[in-house]
Amino acid sequence: MSAGQHDHDAPLPETVLRVKALESLLVEKGLVDPAALDVLIDTYETKVGPRNGARVVARAWADPAYRRRLLEDASAAIADMGFCGRQGEDMVVVENTDRVHNMVVCTLCSCYPWPVLGLPPVWYKSAPYRARAVADPRGVLAEFGVTLGDDVEIRVWDSTAEVRYLVLPQRPADTDGWSEERLAELVTRDSMIGVGLPARPPQAA
Amino acid sequence: MNGAHDLGGMHGFGPIEAEPDEPVFHAEWERRAFALTLAMGAHGAWNIDMSRYARERMAPGAYLATSYYEHWLHGLELLLVEKGFLTRQEIDRRMAEIAAQEAQEA
Repeated sequence: MSAGQHDHDAPLPETVLRVKALESLLVEKGLVDPAALDVLIDTYETKVGPRNGARVVARAWADPAYRRRLLEDASAAIADMGFCGRQGEDMVVVENTDRVHNMVVCTLCSCYPWPVLGLPPVWYKSAPYRARAVADPRGVLAEFGVTLGDDVEIRVWDSTAEVRYLVLPQRPADTDGWSEERLAELVTRDSMIGVGLPARPPQAA
Repeated sequence: MNGAHDLGGMHGFGPIEAEPDEPVFHAEWERRAFALTLAMGAHGAWNIDMSRYARERMAPGAYLATSYYEHWLHGLELLLVEKGFLTRQEIDRRMAEIAAQEAQEA
């Protein structure tokens, strides 16, 4: 096992004990409310997730005026759809084209746009991704099964605590006239991080 | 600050391992550490940069050998002590009490 890949392992009993002790003391002092903790957990475990981002992308695909606003002032355009809050205060949307492919990393920690994508997956937080996304983006994309032409420029955006990025992937072909709801089903989480592409529309029978 | 957290461009970490199922949390203690960090952050005694700096002050070897929420826990505990919400002695004592209680129940 390599360093930074410990997330699946049982932590030291001391870690579990430490968390219990902190919660017990903070509750006792009236600094946190256990019910409020449960609400926070439920929100990020079941309510906030990449379906939010998929709706933003689908709307940008379907509505050119919204796309322009999203690229000019992503924070406001995303807040218009009701997605705002922690770790998404200042958003920048970067658009993929035939010539440019964008991907997002946070080399220093794991900054990620929570309101539109939820909490980051383990691999995004892991040392291998954080180390290599900036040094060998083509190699990283290949590991995710994405191969781009040599003429496509790859731009890697290193998130910070202040600015969080969302990739606007290219709209798949053969989706003319599709509703936003249908388009949103093609938007994958990985395509909004830039390590994947949107799903293709199912072939017409 | 330069340190073990500054991973961009470093070699030797191996392949990227995506999980097939991707649970949001992998254990109950991760849920509680996450929520405690957010709830205490809401008191406004520190900002996001101070939280990050607290996590980055983990010893480099320990940082690389531990998981994301262990980094969060380290940062939270450090800030709670530095800002005077809790003392190390209180935390150690409570950990010993809970351990003794759990041993009795087992």
